Amino acid sequence: KMAGVRALGVLSRLTARRYALFTEDDIENSVFAWSRTHVNYEVKGDVAVVRINDPSSKVNTLSVQMQKEMAEVMNEVWANNAVQRADINMIQACNSAEEVTKLSQEGQKMFELIEKSPKPIVAAINGSCLGGGLEFAIACQYRVATKSKKTVLGTPEVMLGLLPGAGGTQRLPKMVGLPNAFDMMLTGRNIRADKAKKMGLVHQLVDPLGPGLKSPEERTIDYLEEVAIECARGIVNKKIPLRKEKGTMQKIQDYIMSFGFVRNQIYKTVHGKVMKQSKGLYPAPLKIIECVKTGVEQGPVAGYLAESQNFGQLARTSESAALIGLYHGQVACKKNRFGAPEREVKSLAILGAGLMGAGIAQVTVDKGVHTILKDTTEAGLARGEQQVYKGLNDKTKKKNITSFQRDSILSNLTGQLDYSGFEKADMVIEAVFEDINIKHAVVKEVEAMVPPHCIFASNTSALPIKDIAAASKRPDKVIGMHYFSPVDKMQLLEIITTDKTSKDTTASAVAVGLKQGKVIIVVGDGPGFYTTRCLAPMLAEAVRVLQEGVDPKKLDGLTTSFGFPVGAATLADEVGIDVAAHVAEDLGKAFGSRFGGGNVEVLKTMVDLGFKGRKSGKGCYVYQPGLKVREVNPEIGDILEKYRLTPNPAVSSDSDVQYRLVSRFVNEAVLCLQEGILNSPLEGDIGAVFGLGFPPCLGGPFRFVDSFGADKLVEKMRTYEAIYGNQFTPCQLLLDHAKDSSKKFHK
Amino acid sequence: MASMLLNSMRSCSVSPSWAVCQSLLLLYCFLFLSVQTKSKKTLARPGVKNIVLVEGVRTPFLLSGTTYADLMPHDLARAALQGLLHKTGIPKDAVDYIIYGTVIQEVKTSNVAREAALGAGFSDKIPAHTVTMACISSNQAMTSAVGLIAAGQCDAVVAGGVEFMSDVPIRHSRKMRKTMLSLNRAKTLGQRLSLIGSIRLAHLSPELPAVAEFSTAETMGHSADRLAAAFGVSRVEQDEFALRSHTLAKKAQDNGLLQDVISFKVPNRDIVSKDNGIRPSSMEQMAKLKPAFIKPHGTVTAANSSFLTDGASAVLIMSEEKALAMGYKPKAYLRDFVYVSQDPKDQLLLGPTYGTPKVLERAGLSMSDIDVFEFHEAFAGQIMANLKAMDSDWFAADVHGKEIKGKDSCWSKFNLWGGSLSLGHPFGATGCRLVTTVAHRLQKEGGQYGLVAACAAGGQGHAMVIEAYPQ
Repeated sequence: KMAGVRALGVLSRLTARRYALFTEDDIENSVFAWSRTHVNYEVKGDVAVVRINDPSSKVNTLSVQMQKEMAEVMNEVWANNAVQRADINMIQACNSAEEVTKLSQEGQKMFELIEKSPKPIVAAINGSCLGGGLEFAIACQYRVATKSKKTVLGTPEVMLGLLPGAGGTQRLPKMVGLPNAFDMMLTGRNIRADKAKKMGLVHQLVDPLGPGLKSPEERTIDYLEEVAIECARGIVNKKIPLRKEKGTMQKIQDYIMSFGFVRNQIYKTVHGKVMKQSKGLYPAPLKIIECVKTGVEQGPVAGYLAESQNFGQLARTSESAALIGLYHGQVACKKNRFGAPEREVKSLAILGAGLMGAGIAQVTVDKGVHTILKDTTEAGLARGEQQVYKGLNDKTKKKNITSFQRDSILSNLTGQLDYSGFEKADMVIEAVFEDINIKHAVVKEVEAMVPPHCIFASNTSALPIKDIAAASKRPDKVIGMHYFSPVDKMQLLEIITTDKTSKDTTASAVAVGLKQGKVIIVVGDGPGFYTTRCLAPMLAEAVRVLQEGVDPKKLDGLTTSFGFPVGAATLADEVGIDVAAHVAEDLGKAFGSRFGGGNVEVLKTMVDLGFKGRKSGKGCYVYQPGLKVREVNPEIGDILEKYRLTPNPAVSSDSDVQYRLVSRFVNEAVLCLQEGILNSPLEGDIGAVFGLGFPPCLGGPFRFVDSFGADKLVEKMRTYEAIYGNQFTPCQLLLDHAKDSSKKFHK
Repeated sequence: MASMLLNSMRSCSVSPSWAVCQSLLLLYCFLFLSVQTKSKKTLARPGVKNIVLVEGVRTPFLLSGTTYADLMPHDLARAALQGLLHKTGIPKDAVDYIIYGTVIQEVKTSNVAREAALGAGFSDKIPAHTVTMACISSNQAMTSAVGLIAAGQCDAVVAGGVEFMSDVPIRHSRKMRKTMLSLNRAKTLGQRLSLIGSIRLAHLSPELPAVAEFSTAETMGHSADRLAAAFGVSRVEQDEFALRSHTLAKKAQDNGLLQDVISFKVPNRDIVSKDNGIRPSSMEQMAKLKPAFIKPHGTVTAANSSFLTDGASAVLIMSEEKALAMGYKPKAYLRDFVYVSQDPKDQLLLGPTYGTPKVLERAGLSMSDIDVFEFHEAFAGQIMANLKAMDSDWFAADVHGKEIKGKDSCWSKFNLWGGSLSLGHPFGATGCRLVTTVAHRLQKEGGQYGLVAACAAGGQGHAMVIEAYPQ
């Protein structure tokens, strides 16, 4: 059960479908419709409506075709003297991001025309209005959005290693102020409609409607259009002012911002924060700051130029390629390549109400699946049910769901100590103690209770599924579902199939995982599967590094500065020293000396002394409730002293330590592909980044090999191999790639 | 009737006066046809007890904060009960049971039925209980009474409803309540002082009764506005309907049709004998109002919504046998009824749309059989949305599952004496007003069947068929 920190925020689609509405007083009853493929324009009463929608894809791409048609339509509207006002209603749009400076400049030009339109333009937003869609919307004079959960606004370009390249870095600061603009562009987070209204990003909200004369979705869009048309009329009639009277707070803020040194302080603070969080490994946030600064301090001409040039530069960076690769990988891993299962899982039983079991319950109950959470003790069950409740209640506190929704979601959960109701279970996921004998007992108990179609899934992190299935009467229904802790935060689910697992069982497990919102990789069976197997050698190396006298804090610093969101020592504490010891021992037995390095006794001694990591309050660090600053556990000094190794200065520079850790991880990943544990490099990258926190800026172990060069990596490994032995022997597939530089994991 | 007419026809044929004969023939045809158009001659069923409405009264419905302002809810209920006693002359111990509906409970009189019954002078041997079901609370009181009589438990039951919005329970904050309750249990002075010391300014902010739907946290007006938008009900349509309601109510009031209203001498105040919320305005005046809930583009305003009202109602329900035995001339039969419920978020106020076809199906009637429609008017937009929902093919096919034609089939018979928008809407009391009004309109207009339908918070609804008692 690997811990870690979410490597990437949600890499949301850059999507939006748009509309534009224009008013024409002279053309009362006629309706013109110019049919183009992406953009069409119709006059409704005295308002013209331009709808933007890409018929070829679910999400619209702000493509060359789209831009061309948009420009044509806008020209027609502007050319028509009868047209008094216009408004653009944006519903779902998309900015496919790989374009470069020229594209950026064309986008800038188009949106500039819209911004300076003599006829006021109103944007109406329903659904995701992200990236290019948002830049389009903020170029309009007025924005109306539906108050739906699906309506989100944001500039997620930073998550793709890019920046908002069509005027976003220039318009946003003016619209929502420097601090908010930086927050939006640097985190790329989605902003809900109500928050957007508070921030001043949209002017007016429209409630989503229920079923009426049409389906809720259709009628809501019509309603939005009606309200937007009224807004367009209101603006022309001067009933709706475009400039809002500023509040006192706003005036004070503007006054403060008028001082150059205040702004400089903001740039400095933001820059500092970015450097601290990104370790300087991500160029996009820094470029965003630069563009905003240029625009604010040197005026729009310089600002727009900086934006387009930086956009072009960023699009060619390896970081951007890595992040975009992850985005595509994530999209691919959100599909069920095994097809639809024969029957939908409507009742899911979970054995063990521990952290994992309750976590799995938490991500299942809110999907309308009846969930049984079974434990053997009342205390364990109470703790687990409380965890589920707390998870939902936290959402209530954040106003993501109402208290009523929380309660109604919880009504899907049944906590119990016996097997009642298992006769109706479609799937059982066991999250009991990691002991093959206990697992066998559980398989037999469950199989005596459940219906014949029921799938048995094991949430083990290292025990081979075929060993567990050995106790089963129906091994075709046995599968591994390896969740990551904390289940509600970690996006990855690693599904493990054996030779005997049926395709339908796999399809069903994937379907459940997708319902739970997971990004899924499906891997073959074997000790440690894929993720645990990659992590184990790296942790073994980390122990060796500690034994060689590197301080845990220093070790953490070395790993985080390489791009891991969590340092190796902290990761061990999060995973649990006992779990790490257990896994190290198991996999050591299975794979032999290749998994050696650090002495397992170090971990075992720590466990014996009760230093089991965060959960026990002490591990590599000392954890005190309420204290954010943690000190290195002074008592592990003695242990490390006892197992002290003498570092070899030839391979102990900071950089060497980093590559020792990473190369073992990467080599094991490539070996997994070579051995067929992994289905594709893409799944390998997604698993490593989303499950283990492999540096997202590197895009995963396989993309890292591609960009770093397999030959260079092999060369480094040979150096380490000379000193440490077979732990650093490159696998055959890696050697193949090193020999032939045209071989790449990602084309 | 028919044989009598046939006799006169025969006599007519020998009579030289053809004119008379022809007119009688026409009359015969007319009567014959009008009987034929009804799907059923009566809803009486063998083996099922006939249950009748003997009488129905209500206090005048007043805008909250006006003449009733200093009363308590049970005072209003008491007035209605005394009015019923007075109007029916029923002995104070001849009733078997008393049921009242209310929505916002005064905590001192949470079983307001009992307090009001005792205060009104009913025998203390008559049990009484209070029911709550939002705006259809007194409908629930009446149908509970019907149930008691049908089951043979009772023969005569008083049902009613009361709502008093001039005063509502405003509580201390939860924190303050907790502190105060702990203070009760504190044993030593030290404990008490430390508890008192723990009170912060935030403890003192009061907790108002929720105006929002508990499950969705949306206020009803907001939901009504969304509902109107979903069915494309315009602001003008809503204002027109509100104006219609007020105009018809004024006419009914002026013509003395609102016979259920009793006079009530309010302690320390004048005698009240008229509803005071009826105010026909003009479309221009109404158009000036800004939307009350969804701003700035909403369509529900103060003028096209029902207002906060104080008032109480009461009805006497009996088995037909008992009523006749006691020498009463019943006003109407209470026939089939249904309760419905649906999504409290998007279909909060669509009770009538779901209830109407269901109750008609139960009764074996169609819309054209109904002579009198009395729908509860929570919002003009809600009424129009319900009528459009009944008319909408899409809604019938995709959501509702029942097709029924709404506006055209009922408009000329719909809420002809005003409704909740104009007469007022004391939540707990409206149901009895609707039923009594149907009975009175059937008598006045000479129809046979009436239909009551109402929506209620929680996404619930009610509908009932009422049959005129032969005159």
